[in-house]
Amino acid sequence: MASLPPIDTPSGETGAGAFDAPARDENGALFDFLLRLGDDSLILGQRLGEYCGHAPSVEVDLSLANIALDLIGQATFFLNYAGEVEGKGRDGDALAFRRDVLDFRNCLLVEQPNGDFAQTMARQFLFSTWQKLLFGHLAGSADATIAAIAEKALKEVTYHQELAREWVIRLGDGTEESRRRMAEGLDWMGRFVPELFEMDDLAVFMAERGIGADLAAFRADYDAQAQKALAEATLEPLAEQRPILGGRRGHHSEHLGHLLAVMQFLPRTYPGAVW
Amino acid sequence: MRASAQLEEERVWRILKDVPDPEIPVLSVVDLGIVRSVKADRVVITPTYTGCPATQVIERDIRAALDAAGYRDIRIETILSPPWTTDWISPEGQEKLRAYGIAPPTRRAVECPQCGSTDCEEVSRFGSTPCKALWRCRACGEPFDLFKCH
Repeated sequence: MASLPPIDTPSGETGAGAFDAPARDENGALFDFLLRLGDDSLILGQRLGEYCGHAPSVEVDLSLANIALDLIGQATFFLNYAGEVEGKGRDGDALAFRRDVLDFRNCLLVEQPNGDFAQTMARQFLFSTWQKLLFGHLAGSADATIAAIAEKALKEVTYHQELAREWVIRLGDGTEESRRRMAEGLDWMGRFVPELFEMDDLAVFMAERGIGADLAAFRADYDAQAQKALAEATLEPLAEQRPILGGRRGHHSEHLGHLLAVMQFLPRTYPGAVW
Repeated sequence: MRASAQLEEERVWRILKDVPDPEIPVLSVVDLGIVRSVKADRVVITPTYTGCPATQVIERDIRAALDAAGYRDIRIETILSPPWTTDWISPEGQEKLRAYGIAPPTRRAVECPQCGSTDCEEVSRFGSTPCKALWRCRACGEPFDLFKCH
């Protein structure tokens, strides 16, 4: 498996990845970078919002809705700032509701369907563990606004990670059925972990300027935290699977379009509608 | 600082002390530590939680209170850093929370706001709003909200 090249390599001369090389000027790069951060939070927030009123228990319902709120709050800050940087009069709402699927820059992990509760928690654990490490680095970003957002959100993400970690352990080390479902959830979501650490041109460009993070710097830490939780959950370590890339360049799974159709319906149907 | 400027700032602080938090109306935005500073030309505020839906309402309410008192020229500036912490809730605010039935944030044993017992247990780490957790008192049997340390 490991010997296979990742699907959608960024450097392809033709085909996937070739038509939308990131902008090379500082401002354009910062804008693209902010979209990555904001879209991750926005799309996962929307996914978790789907649980509102449908979670397995009222406590879980509250947890997921609150995590969703935190994520949408992060998205608001990142995307509003992206709009400022872009300077074309778009704010966070315009970026969230009036871009189409190819213009989204979130990782593939966050757009994956909720599946069952175990799959949702597998996704949350794999994402929040990464986001916590990332924001820990971004809190020291050379860009003061990114640093402030990351520093503030870090406290909240710490909570998300802890909650998801506890559920991974509880379900993994639970009944035969909960264990099977958690293992399957991790298998589904695990394919999208390599993308979280992908250092493409834009990621390198931002890291060199001290604005972004060198993702490789905390890969070992991430793997150690993940394996520790899985061991506690009496589950097998994450299987090595062929990496699937592309989200950062707008090549998404079929699931994102459906998510956006729901999320953007109202503002697209009633443009300019306000409360 | 000239005495008049100082008096003006104190007046603005008093106005803000009457602006309630929309989620927990017994607390003012000053009790909560949302107002970070008051200057002649601006009021500096910070959101509690990143995704707190009350943030926009709070800004609007502060604007309305300043306008009503004739301070149309004072602008409202929002900062994120340093991030808000429950340590900024005033002692007066903590008392108001308790009287309202919400256990104030504490790093020691959680006390039931109804009977004062510390024999309490967490029911759900997330509660009705991002800032609260659901707890239950084993002594009197009452459920209650705990304002989480943050």
